[in-house]
Amino acid sequence: MAHPYMANSAPGVREEMLAAIGVADVEELFEQIPDAHRHREPIRLEPALASEADLTRRLRRALARNRTCEENLSFLGGGTWQHHVPAVCDELVDRTEFLTPVWGTPSSDHGRNQAWFEFASQLGELLDMDFVGLPVYSWGCAAGHAIRMASRLTGRREVLVPRSIDPERLAVIRTYCEPPELPGHIAVTAVATDPATGRIDIADLRAKLSEATAAVYFDNPSYLGVLEADAAEIAALAHEHGAEVIVGADPISLGVVAPPSAYGADIVVGSTQPLGVHMSCGGGAGGFIATRDEERYAREYPTLMVSLCETAEPGERGFGMMLFEQSSYGSREHGKDWTGNSVYLWTVANAAYMALLGPQGFAELGEAILSRSHYAAGRIERLPGVSVAFGGFFKEFVVTFERRTVAEVNAALLERGIFGGLDLSADFPELGQSALYCVTEVHAQEDLDRLADALAEVTA
Amino acid sequence: MTLRRYHAAVWDEPLVMEIGRPGGRGVLPPAPIGPTAGLVPEGLRRERPPELPELSEFEVQRHYLHLAQETMGMMGISLFGTCTMKYNPRAGQAAVTRPQVAELHPRQAEETLQGLLELIHGLDLQLRELSGMDRFVFQPGGGADAAYTHACITRAYHAARGELDRRDEVITSIQAHPCNPATAAAAGFRVVTLPLEEDGYPSVEALRAAVSDRTAALMINNPDDMGVYNPRIREWVEIVHEAGGLCFYDHANFNGVMTRIRARELGFDACMFMLHKTFGVPKGGGGPAVGAYGCTEELAPFLPRPLVELDGGRYRLDHGGPLSIGKVREGWGNVQQVVKAYAWTLAMGADGIREAADLSVIANNYMEQRLLTIRGVTRSHPDATTHRLEMTRYSLGQLTEDTGVTAVDVQNRMADFGIDAMWLSHEPWLVPEPFTPEAGELWSKDDIDYWIDVLAHVCEEAYEDPELVRSAPHNQVTRKLAPVGLDDPERWATTWRAHRRKAGLTGVR
Repeated sequence: MAHPYMANSAPGVREEMLAAIGVADVEELFEQIPDAHRHREPIRLEPALASEADLTRRLRRALARNRTCEENLSFLGGGTWQHHVPAVCDELVDRTEFLTPVWGTPSSDHGRNQAWFEFASQLGELLDMDFVGLPVYSWGCAAGHAIRMASRLTGRREVLVPRSIDPERLAVIRTYCEPPELPGHIAVTAVATDPATGRIDIADLRAKLSEATAAVYFDNPSYLGVLEADAAEIAALAHEHGAEVIVGADPISLGVVAPPSAYGADIVVGSTQPLGVHMSCGGGAGGFIATRDEERYAREYPTLMVSLCETAEPGERGFGMMLFEQSSYGSREHGKDWTGNSVYLWTVANAAYMALLGPQGFAELGEAILSRSHYAAGRIERLPGVSVAFGGFFKEFVVTFERRTVAEVNAALLERGIFGGLDLSADFPELGQSALYCVTEVHAQEDLDRLADALAEVTA
Repeated sequence: MTLRRYHAAVWDEPLVMEIGRPGGRGVLPPAPIGPTAGLVPEGLRRERPPELPELSEFEVQRHYLHLAQETMGMMGISLFGTCTMKYNPRAGQAAVTRPQVAELHPRQAEETLQGLLELIHGLDLQLRELSGMDRFVFQPGGGADAAYTHACITRAYHAARGELDRRDEVITSIQAHPCNPATAAAAGFRVVTLPLEEDGYPSVEALRAAVSDRTAALMINNPDDMGVYNPRIREWVEIVHEAGGLCFYDHANFNGVMTRIRARELGFDACMFMLHKTFGVPKGGGGPAVGAYGCTEELAPFLPRPLVELDGGRYRLDHGGPLSIGKVREGWGNVQQVVKAYAWTLAMGADGIREAADLSVIANNYMEQRLLTIRGVTRSHPDATTHRLEMTRYSLGQLTEDTGVTAVDVQNRMADFGIDAMWLSHEPWLVPEPFTPEAGELWSKDDIDYWIDVLAHVCEEAYEDPELVRSAPHNQVTRKLAPVGLDDPERWATTWRAHRRKAGLTGVR
């Protein structure tokens, strides 16, 4: 029986093509593979489900065992965030023209290349920066590349990062910074966090900055949700020592929070997932890299970059890959790091998202989130035995429990259909039994009241 | 054959930043539920709003649908070699757009993720059987990231044996995908690149001369991007193992050998499958992708974490021991693509996958019969006379010599007939004016014949009216690029604001 995915599996086609080739048996076409290399046993895979009805039933049966952030009330964040995804974004990333292709000619890829350019252009507006590459796999990967760029630019081999950095992102950065045995190693040094504010300890930063510092990396808002009020001072101190300033930013905050370029960032990185991409259990990740449009930065980018250019028709716009020679496609091991498949489909959702929100939408969204997160924190910190560790946050905040472990609280919340905040107790023991709560525009006031009431019950 | 009329959609679509009107709104966020004054620290409030478009919802939708229409993608015939263009089943896509995948957070309690973990584990088992490896991880975000993962595991493996300061070389071939040397270098290794001999692969003698006690790993694809299989690959693995190095099989070109060879049985320590190529997952124009990385039990302790474990009917995440390399990116990987790949293996079954390999190799050899009759077309490595696998590297060098028309010109002209770019070759070009079609199992014999008819037509045009081909495309969204200024800091522009500034357009801040 012909298989629906393979036109030439219809009866007679194979034989017709073999006859045209002039071989009797398909095995003759595999003559390059020596007998000794061949697998002789049958391959034992699960039984085939060639009928779409059977396949769909199988997938749905498994997926029904999941419990989602849609039917439950979730306060999980920490780098993967539940934001509203506009329906238009969903339509666009499901369009076959965007979803399934790889690469065509510049003329036949024109629409997609324009979408890529609009992604970079609009992100550039949000960031107030002129140069934006196509995205990389994730925020941590963007940070890793940015640190390597800074190291090449300065010829130095140490990066300072805050103690409060996301442990996952730090693990990625360490991978990118190479082990100490290798000559390219970049030392990753933690800067203390002020226990009262959750912000970077400026005195410790001063002590650790030196002529060996390639870059200071910090997130704003930080992993613990806090806005770095001293960002300009941090950047100035780094610059005094000749270091690059790399800031990780949540793009969804930038309607109300100043872009990092305003307080001295040289390289800005961050996640593209909040901009119209579903969480998909972390499969919505994407990372951006942006700088000023200066040659010294441009020539260190490992990403592909789309530039506006011209066509053979006077006045007609085209889009081309710029500085291709410095990519690994152009120069193999002599290129800047490496590039390859990334998360380019998401740039279409990101571009549509930024166009849908517009300047007013980003400002209002920021206000909506700020008001909700602070409302929730305000209700929670009034509960006995429960406190909010730091003020001055955007959408995430640290909740500390005096009478229960986070594990106990979250287990009890789960019974009530609530996914409690991310457990920080193992990674940040200095914060005690603390959890990172994330509140966004998807939460209505009644959801936040329900959380506070549930926490009151389970911590009583 | 009469070629069908075709013309791409042309909308002269303006940039999204050029349309709209002050105050236009696309989506409205919910209203605040309380005061926000003073919640952003002094000096950290945004002072000037971003200059983003101000459009209605429909205008945004229509704009990007126009851009979709101005993208040929898979709407025509794309035999983009090395990328294994195949059908991306809608059933898998439909499954992952359900909230039971889309609305999951990776830090949810394991008991709330059992269904997803089951599917991930299911694909792990399928890939183990197809490769002979003991363990797969899906964290790498593409094939290059899987190669990088291998380079990182190589570091950790030699570091654990106290040899990393000495073992600083990775060996590859000039025909290996650029991601192999590039990721090895980015991980901190020196790269040793072997040239090809007449039969299309490097000699055993060259490899013997390259290995030493500095050898950390071999990173190699086989068959390569020319459909050439190295019959001495087992010997290669033995030589590298004897020298103390690890062997990584870049299985980018797995389609033609599926079910016939298993990486582990050739002696490899690790391999990589691209789910977005071989396993039916959509490419998205370049991701989100997955480089599924598989390895032996011996290397498993070094894998990035988390790994999915099945314990007594319950799935859990193993967050790793002291030898793990940690992470190559956040999260567990692009899990929605893992689900689609698993669905593809279920829909195909072992017999279907073998049939796909057969049909891929048949289609390539069928194409070769016809392509080599076209004036101006020759095959790479003419001395290697055996049948190629799922791809063949051709050259239009003769055509260029005769007419001045290049492979890029031919690509552009074929796009006028609804045939999107054929793959040429990675850098460096080892044959002049290369091209590398790959028919795979998706495309019908009719599609393949049509593709060849178009190429034959364009080659004829090249001899009769070379300017027609050189000035192509004529029926596309735009004319061909005039890629002037792409490397010029005074002219390049990755953003509209940069372009406006450099071009001296009004409205520049």
